Amino acid sequence: MKAKLATLAAMAALAASPAHGQKKYDPGASDSEIKVGNTNPYSGPASAYGTIGKTIAAYFKMVNEQGGINGRKVNFITYDDGYSPPKTVEMARKLVEQDKVLLIFQPLGTPPNSAIHKYMNAKKVPHLFVATGATKWDDPKNFPWTMGWQPNYQTEAKIYAQYIMKEKPNAKIGVLYQNDDYGKDYLKGFHDGLGAKKSMIVKEVSYEVSDPTVDSQIVQLQASGADVFFNVTTPKFAAQAIRKAYDIGWKPMHFLNNVSTSVATVLTPAGLEKSVGLISTAYIKDPTDKQWANDAAIEKWRVFMKKYYPDGSLTDNSNVYGYTVAITLHQVLRQCGDNLTRENVMRQAASMKGWRPETLLPGITITTSADDFAPVESVQLERFNGKQWELFGSVLGK
Amino acid sequence: MKRNVLLIAILLIIACALPFVVSNYRTFQLTLVMVYATALLGLNILTGYNGQISLGHGAFYALGAYCAAILMDQAGAPYWATVPVAAAVCLVAGFLFGLPALRLEGLYLALATFALGVAMPQLLKYDHLAKWTGGVQGIVIAKPEAPFGLPLNADQWLYFFTLAITVAMFVLAWNLLRGRIGRALVAIRDQHIAAEAMGIDSALYKSAAFGVSAMYTGVAGALSAIAIQYVAPDSFNIFVSIVFLVGIVVGGLASISGALYGALFIQFVPNLADEISKAAPWAIFGVFMIGFVYLMPTGVAGAIRLLLAKRRSSP
Repeated sequence: MKAKLATLAAMAALAASPAHGQKKYDPGASDSEIKVGNTNPYSGPASAYGTIGKTIAAYFKMVNEQGGINGRKVNFITYDDGYSPPKTVEMARKLVEQDKVLLIFQPLGTPPNSAIHKYMNAKKVPHLFVATGATKWDDPKNFPWTMGWQPNYQTEAKIYAQYIMKEKPNAKIGVLYQNDDYGKDYLKGFHDGLGAKKSMIVKEVSYEVSDPTVDSQIVQLQASGADVFFNVTTPKFAAQAIRKAYDIGWKPMHFLNNVSTSVATVLTPAGLEKSVGLISTAYIKDPTDKQWANDAAIEKWRVFMKKYYPDGSLTDNSNVYGYTVAITLHQVLRQCGDNLTRENVMRQAASMKGWRPETLLPGITITTSADDFAPVESVQLERFNGKQWELFGSVLGK
Repeated sequence: MKRNVLLIAILLIIACALPFVVSNYRTFQLTLVMVYATALLGLNILTGYNGQISLGHGAFYALGAYCAAILMDQAGAPYWATVPVAAAVCLVAGFLFGLPALRLEGLYLALATFALGVAMPQLLKYDHLAKWTGGVQGIVIAKPEAPFGLPLNADQWLYFFTLAITVAMFVLAWNLLRGRIGRALVAIRDQHIAAEAMGIDSALYKSAAFGVSAMYTGVAGALSAIAIQYVAPDSFNIFVSIVFLVGIVVGGLASISGALYGALFIQFVPNLADEISKAAPWAIFGVFMIGFVYLMPTGVAGAIRLLLAKRRSSP
């Protein structure tokens, strides 16, 4: 009798302790589905970015039609926050506490993400691949549940600094930057990149978003004798700066930040002939760039767009961005296998080794680790030839 | 009168019980409803009772929120102490803005206040203030926990804290508007020359109404900052002001209870609209708004009053 009891107890114990490789779930995951939450500005001042959320929704619709991830369907729940931080807080709480999602993916904008930064980490819910270039998302020590995705502003600025030190070691650099967190983030990266050579900067001038023009700043920079110009401006001011520099006959080696590289909204208004020779960076294949016209990955993206998001624009870079970041999450969830706990999601997101979505530029890969929460960290330099951007040199950064 | 008191008592009991029945997320949403109700009550004092249209109350909401956030962030003030300070600052700011606004009537006042609402987010980003306001980054605030070892979680405590202040603000408004001052405000709205002939100091009352109205909205702003634990210029764009105006019209102009209905509307209808359509959430919101205004031209409060009157007259 006693022996029988002992056997029973042993069996019970065996049944209770999960064997290796068994399924493990946190809220939001089950045998049949994975719930992924998201906020996006479908209305309000930043609603042009809403197309990213729609692309991601379309992507997971395709994944589900093709059988899901490891047999589980992705339930992508996305809410409108109108780029308003209080709304983001409310919606993030709805996703975590009511919809009980496994993770929140790609909330958009620096202020909205700042608003939920603490909350997500207090709740220990993955706050994954946020859609902003601020550097603070790469802080695994203090915020182990938050991770960015795109190359951050500081990384980009460091790359320009390295290029200048190599190509023009005696340069006199003039900097124009927007006086806010975005501009200062670039400036810090640039200073760090120059390091001991910081004295190469002969003049730094700033402008306010509310300023009508940056003409006087450009004149000041020319007067300083600078022969390299680092242009940290948003589209409207970038166009003004390019035009003014050309018109007053200032011909520096001109670096333009990635924020303002759109041919349609920046270079065309500035004047394409005035933009010749600009240097910037890229990390995603631009669907309007002729060199990718027959590229397999861009072609695959076009087929996807036509079938699952027919309203979406085929010339909007944001739609390639949304597609690429969705592929990244797809990979993370695939890696999780049957262990769909929040901790494992973060662990898998933090253990990507040279993985590469095909829509990134050739040679750019995603690498993360327990103390590196910055997935895309390399970019390639490009130069404007009067018609389009031409990539040159090797892939830079980590 | 007795029935009203009974009704309010029942409402209060339900309000006290709710956070123990619903989830923390819903409790948080209800906290926001009370915050909005306080703000709407303030705007209603100005627009509903006194007839001055403001398209810029989001600015006072922001002012209250930043007062609370800066005091907590820079001076380490306890959260509860920031509410009266926000009230005082907004009272003064509202009164001062009300003085020049006296020269403006109707649509001109609406435009002046609109300018205030538009300017506010940019002022908050202003470089020389960034030391305190945190610039575009905003300010992150810690969440208050329940004091005295009360068996409440942070959301429930915040709910009761907000409830207490909201009830106090409503009682205050009730006393203010049901008496001599309220009648004077309405008289100025309806016929200001006649009101002055009766000895009402129109200028003083109008500025005072502006001040009190801003104070209410400022208190709501401070409460919202505490509830959301974050303030940033993007939280207070011009849309906030317009949504407040929508709230008082839908809830019922010149009605105290209307503030509550309006708050429920502006809190929940946008969420509903978002669930119906991602492509055009504000179009759906617009349909709801037109529906409400068309079916209840005197607001929800007016419709309920009518309904009750009908029931009473037909036995």
